[in-house]
Amino acid sequence: MIGRDLLGIEDFDRADLERILETAAHMQEVGLREVKRVPTLRGRTIINLFFESSTRTRTSFEIAGKRLSADVINFSAESSSLSKSESILDTARTLDAMAPDAVIVRHKVAGVPKRIADALDAPVINAGDGAHEHPTQALLDLFTVLQEKGRIDGLTVAIVGDITHSRVARSNIYGFTKLGADVRVAGPPTLLPPAVESLGVKAFTSLREAIEGADVVMALRIQSERLQGAYVPSVREYSAMWGLDRAKLRYAREDAIVMHPGPINRGVEIAHDLADRRPSVILEQVRNGVAVRMAVLYLLAGRAQAGQEGAR
Amino acid sequence: MSRVWIAGGRVLDPASGIDRVADVVIEDGRIGAVGSGVEVSGAEKVDATGCWVTPGFVDLHAHLREPGQEYKEDIASGGRSAVAGGFTLVCCMANTQPVNDDPAVTDYILDRARNDSPARVLPIAAATKGLEGKIMTEMAALQRAGAVAFSDDGHTIMDGAVMRRVLEYARMIGAPVSVHAEDRHLVGQGVVNEGPASTRLGLPGNPAAAETVLVARDLLLAELTGAHLHVGHVSTAGAVDLIRAARERGVHVTAEVTPHHLALTEDATLGYDTNTKMAPPLRSKADVEACRRALAEGVIDAIATDHAPHAPHEKDVEFTAAPPGVLGFETAYAVVMDLVRAGEISPIELVARLSTGPARVFRQPYGSLAKGAVADVAILDPDREWLYDPLKGYSKSHNSPWAGGTLRGRPVVTLVGGRIVYDVERGVVAP
Ligand SMILES: [Zn+2]
Repeated sequence: MIGRDLLGIEDFDRADLERILETAAHMQEVGLREVKRVPTLRGRTIINLFFESSTRTRTSFEIAGKRLSADVINFSAESSSLSKSESILDTARTLDAMAPDAVIVRHKVAGVPKRIADALDAPVINAGDGAHEHPTQALLDLFTVLQEKGRIDGLTVAIVGDITHSRVARSNIYGFTKLGADVRVAGPPTLLPPAVESLGVKAFTSLREAIEGADVVMALRIQSERLQGAYVPSVREYSAMWGLDRAKLRYAREDAIVMHPGPINRGVEIAHDLADRRPSVILEQVRNGVAVRMAVLYLLAGRAQAGQEGAR
Repeated sequence: MSRVWIAGGRVLDPASGIDRVADVVIEDGRIGAVGSGVEVSGAEKVDATGCWVTPGFVDLHAHLREPGQEYKEDIASGGRSAVAGGFTLVCCMANTQPVNDDPAVTDYILDRARNDSPARVLPIAAATKGLEGKIMTEMAALQRAGAVAFSDDGHTIMDGAVMRRVLEYARMIGAPVSVHAEDRHLVGQGVVNEGPASTRLGLPGNPAAAETVLVARDLLLAELTGAHLHVGHVSTAGAVDLIRAARERGVHVTAEVTPHHLALTEDATLGYDTNTKMAPPLRSKADVEACRRALAEGVIDAIATDHAPHAPHEKDVEFTAAPPGVLGFETAYAVVMDLVRAGEISPIELVARLSTGPARVFRQPYGSLAKGAVADVAILDPDREWLYDPLKGYSKSHNSPWAGGTLRGRPVVTLVGGRIVYDVERGVVAP
């Protein structure tokens, strides 16, 4: 059962995920129309509450909200009085007084969206919290794979890179395993959580072994500060061992697709020519982000009137 | 002559091994007699039927926040909270503002305690000046002023040579050195146990090895110097094993464990509740089981609360930004009673770890109901169920993972020096 909030894929079961993905397929049709707008959320207010800047994700939610005719308000930490001294709950209460229909939260610390959700009446959508979860990214990745492969059940998905600090990795691990894929994670041991196999995946410290026979190879973004000696010795060594290129991709299935949540460090996680062309589906991921976020907003912010007005 | 007659309770005195229903008579602040049919004319009677009558609890590790952070707690509020939890003696850590690294601060704490705290308070002084881990404090002067032990607690001394000298010097004056054994580099940014919980939460992990590495170092240095090392808040199975082995080869080491490390695993952190953030962090089930076993076996001598009050606005922040620590006094007895109910420790052994054991660790003349002993006594109802609401408690802070929960087991009367200072019906009645 989809609850009030969308905090993490961990909370969802298979049926929930399938329902969101089905809804996203309907929403995608809206994006193909000449007038890319439906009145579903007219009169509803959605707040984009970003404590950590992310133009891409914020814009994607904003477009999704606007296509559903909602009023979208951007409330970013940089442009407000928010500071350490103002507690999380104070912020949440201030927002709640504005009676929003959904609050989209991005924060650099894991758990903040949950704390806000606990204090708010409005549904909270996690747009990425620390190294915890980034559920809408996983949903758009699932959606993309479903479109490319026609199924998720039985696929082998390899997630490569900085698993420890990646919310995208965690959400995708939950999403793909719940939908029946075989998930592998791979990276230098300094960037693999010691207990990662407790999440139901197999961990590898060899890229070749990890992508052997994979249907999907997902490279993760690595923060530049992790490449300066504390976790891996250098950018050069990282990209030599873990950067995806066409030569290394040979070990995957012939029809394997390559994904990346963006923004890409070109030449580090993924080679130039691989990033821009098939089998890379990076632009499809971005495009599908809007449809998936429309689906999420429709299911959560549109709850009170769901069933009265369809999305079509 | 003032007399108190505690009638009909189950007397549990680890010092003498007594475990039977009996009366306890207190005369002029000392234990007069334990038995039945004792002469009790003119005494104030306390009916202890159905209750345990034990030595008052001794806490080797608490943060009373005064001087300097009275908005979190002060010696008066902390002392009231202590006696409401059955504690009659509290040893307070040196991380006050200013730091208790000077006899004037020690004097101040003792003076405030004498005037305002219903519980006895004895300070643990800093081992190094300013808790900076560099220059030793004037331990002899601090000891003369009343410090019972030395510790930099959470400001772990990372320089092994400094630690060695601290131990050597403390040995000269016969004082224990209490340590918060966590290697700061291995802890890094870690805020929860490294393992399945940190992986799921996406929060930086603090590995068990951060504790075991430093416990190993300190045990070896205690062996080298012959000093008395007291390992604070043990949280890992690895540390337990190291301590057990060191004891067997004759190292002078004692250890304590907190109620939260005995009762809660890392799973408690899964909701990002900052009241589950502690240092060291809540550990795995295997670690908790090892600590419980070690407590029952006596490898761990004492239950210490690590009572660490923090104001709501400090805890109501991101998990990574919140200060570690939880309240301890008022919930300790109920929480550790779980070990008795689970059949893992006998009542008298549990009482020993709460009173006689810790009193011996810091060589204090308490923790006994023998005739002539100072009459610090706790009367405890082992089966009483109660709703814990920190707002109704005595601490100035409310940071507890048990807030709002129903607990079983509650101190009902506490006496310090023969005087009733707490009564569950009337609350704290003195000073
Ligand atoms: Zn400590």
